[in-house]
Amino acid sequence: MHYGMCCLCVLQPRAVNVDLQTDATLQVDISDALSERDKVKFTVHTKSTLPNFKQNEFSVVRQHEEFIWLHDSFVENEDYAGYIIPPAPPRPDFDASREKLQKLGEGEGSMTKEEFTKMKQELEAEYLAIFKKTVAMHEVFLCRVAAHPVLRKDLNFHVFLEYNQDLSVRGKNKKEKLEDFFKNVVKSADGVLVAGVKDVDDFFEHEKTFLLEYHNRVKDASAKSDKMIRSHKSAADDINRIASSLYTLGTPAMFKFEFEFTSSVVESGLLRFCFIALQKIEARVAADEDLKLADLLKYYLRESQAAKDLLYRRSRALVDYENANKALDKARAKNRDVLQAETSQQLCCHKFEKISESAKQELIDFKTRRVAAFRKNLVELAELELKHAKGNLQLLQSCLGVLKGNT
Amino acid sequence: MCLSSSEPASLPAEDISTNSNGPKQDLLFDEDPEDLFAEATEEVSLDSPERDLLLSDGPSPAITPITPPTSVITPCIGHSLLRIKFEQFQTCFLQIEEEEGGDLFDMNISVSDPEKVGDGMNAYMAYKVTTKTSMSVFKRTEFSVKRRFSDFLGLHSKLASKYLHVGYIVPPAPEKSIVGMTKVKVGKEDQSSNEFVEKRRSALERYLMRTVKHPVLLKDPDVLQFLESSDLPRAVSTQALSSAGLLRMVNKAADAVNKMTIKMNESDAWFEEKQQHFENLDVQLRKLHASVESLVCHRKELSVNTAQFAKSAAMLGNSEDHTALSRALSQLAEVEEKIDQLHQDQANADFYLFSELLGDYVRLITAVKGVFDHRMKTWQKWQDSQMLLQKKREAEAKLQFTNKPDKLQQAKDEIKELEGKVQQGERDFEQISKTIRKEVSRFEKDRVKDFKTIIIKYLESLVQTQQQLIKYWEAFLPEAKAIS
Repeated sequence: MHYGMCCLCVLQPRAVNVDLQTDATLQVDISDALSERDKVKFTVHTKSTLPNFKQNEFSVVRQHEEFIWLHDSFVENEDYAGYIIPPAPPRPDFDASREKLQKLGEGEGSMTKEEFTKMKQELEAEYLAIFKKTVAMHEVFLCRVAAHPVLRKDLNFHVFLEYNQDLSVRGKNKKEKLEDFFKNVVKSADGVLVAGVKDVDDFFEHEKTFLLEYHNRVKDASAKSDKMIRSHKSAADDINRIASSLYTLGTPAMFKFEFEFTSSVVESGLLRFCFIALQKIEARVAADEDLKLADLLKYYLRESQAAKDLLYRRSRALVDYENANKALDKARAKNRDVLQAETSQQLCCHKFEKISESAKQELIDFKTRRVAAFRKNLVELAELELKHAKGNLQLLQSCLGVLKGNT
Repeated sequence: MCLSSSEPASLPAEDISTNSNGPKQDLLFDEDPEDLFAEATEEVSLDSPERDLLLSDGPSPAITPITPPTSVITPCIGHSLLRIKFEQFQTCFLQIEEEEGGDLFDMNISVSDPEKVGDGMNAYMAYKVTTKTSMSVFKRTEFSVKRRFSDFLGLHSKLASKYLHVGYIVPPAPEKSIVGMTKVKVGKEDQSSNEFVEKRRSALERYLMRTVKHPVLLKDPDVLQFLESSDLPRAVSTQALSSAGLLRMVNKAADAVNKMTIKMNESDAWFEEKQQHFENLDVQLRKLHASVESLVCHRKELSVNTAQFAKSAAMLGNSEDHTALSRALSQLAEVEEKIDQLHQDQANADFYLFSELLGDYVRLITAVKGVFDHRMKTWQKWQDSQMLLQKKREAEAKLQFTNKPDKLQQAKDEIKELEGKVQQGERDFEQISKTIRKEVSRFEKDRVKDFKTIIIKYLESLVQTQQQLIKYWEAFLPEAKAIS
């Protein structure tokens, strides 16, 4: 699957790499995105040789709710019970960033022009980073769907890609949200029940045990990595402030009074530059860790949940099958509605077997994808960390060279 | 010339001709052409009559061999250490320095071995103060004594009362901390109280080194006694809640009020400029200090969070069923664990090198500002005497026309006395002005040196961190690539 260049020129590197196969018959990407006050508009661009579409290349504008609608339609579709439904992208959340920008605007009077410009640039960069991420995550969702042999043929998906009007999927109203909530509660209670039943099939038994534990651990790792990265960002912010202070201390006004940290203008300027560069590097380290580590973990948190959901659905189908068997036995014993019971039992059996078959393949694919994604991201993480550390080292050593040379 | 009494203003001049060290240049009158503050210092020749009045610190009259200049600050973090021990920072902080063309300052003081003495609320920490020196003003070359915190405060209090009002920048003592000390007294053996003791020990060491680096203070008998004699009378008046303590607070408040009401006719632009300069410096340093403290805090947090993440990653690696990926994740966990230790060490460096230095300077600048204030007070005193003299002269003039010979005589006597006072007041004012100029120049030079030294050390610590990071990630990379 190609990740096309978007007008923002921001989607390299990708936030999450799920290493999907290239396929020329259907290529989907988000070519542009616009952030408005309370919503984000994504331009979904499709290139396809499939006969289902009227044109070979076309674009539509979609909002987050429409992605959710598409995802939910997959989940609710019984035919897809045997597949891992690609997890829905998280809602774009610019609240924190917007709040910070607002606070900055309010506090403009209390800081110097340089400080204000600097902070503004920082916050704008942060906003842009969040924006890039949300675009990437929405794109990954679409790409996963497009790569899936069955889901790519889904009618709703085609409508999503092609219909150039608003899909009018209003946000769920209160009643529907409540229904969802209860559904989830029931599911998790069921989930516990079902998880307790030992599976005859070794493969699925192993997968169940594995996924339950794995999911929890990914959740924990994701939370801890977020915390770690936040601390890193705070430290980078501090270095930023230190650099600003040094800048103020080193300005010509201060030179007039013969104050500098060092005995020459060159050294003072060098120090300032050094700290500013240090800060940039720290910030970049935090950002890269965020991208390669935190986002990876978050994505696999969602995917492992989707895999668990698949297992749950299979277990449910198994329970239904077993219940149908029992009903059939009962019916035969009472010699009443036997045909009905037989049909029902056959349906359940068929459903269960179908799910089992596709589930097996899905889970194997999941593992392959997971291993590949982790490998790619861990390698890239290590490479980036090395790059930054080496850059830091060079910077510090040249700075030291000048300072010590002037002693 | 050296100070042999505690009254600095009334020194008899030493016979300079017996000074066998030759016409060596005085420390304070450094003629270094690169000295940015050269214009601020005054040149005084050895035969100048003003020398009597100036509190110089010329070479000791005893015959001391001219030792060859020692090397500059010894880098003690030359070899690569995995853990950057912050004790090393302290001993390197103000080691043997070469003073250009002046008397060799060769002294190293270390404060070590904090020991808890006593129990409960009467307990205190005793510190070992070790001095190593080859300077002649000391009887021995190496000696140590036991001192407690209030002893340091007592020393500072004595020096302040002797020298502040004549314009010397007396280094301020480390701050008291009732909370910190109570924890130690109560016997909490946890990390925070250990950190507190270490912080204090380091601060005491820096305080002493700064004090002895001052050429005048070094020769003060109280300082010598503090460093050398095994017994020291307890300084009771340093307790915060004592009557002396309360008196100090009242005086401070009174001073603050007075400062606001003194309107000095500043005839010397240099002083006005410098005062403004120190005001600005104060603000900027405080800001910088706050940022660095914040950095220390966040780095410590980062260290904790990295450790937690490492554990989590290890767990994840355990549950991962793909062997190679599992191994890689465990390796990642190990790397992160090592990195967390790095963050911890870096935070300590941030703190002990950078943050504490800034804190010291914020307090030093307060002392500098105090010295400027004293000058204002001295001026005020002089002006007051002048005004009083004026009044008395007017009164005397009136008395001339009355027939009261004894009253007239009394008036004349009073006037004579006042004239003397006015002259003294003027001399005092000029004296303190001169002293401040020298002090400020010395202070600025030291400050620049201090900061440069510390910044170099700090950058070196950062270099070490980066080198370690490179090692760790380079070891990890092949593991990550090995995932198939």
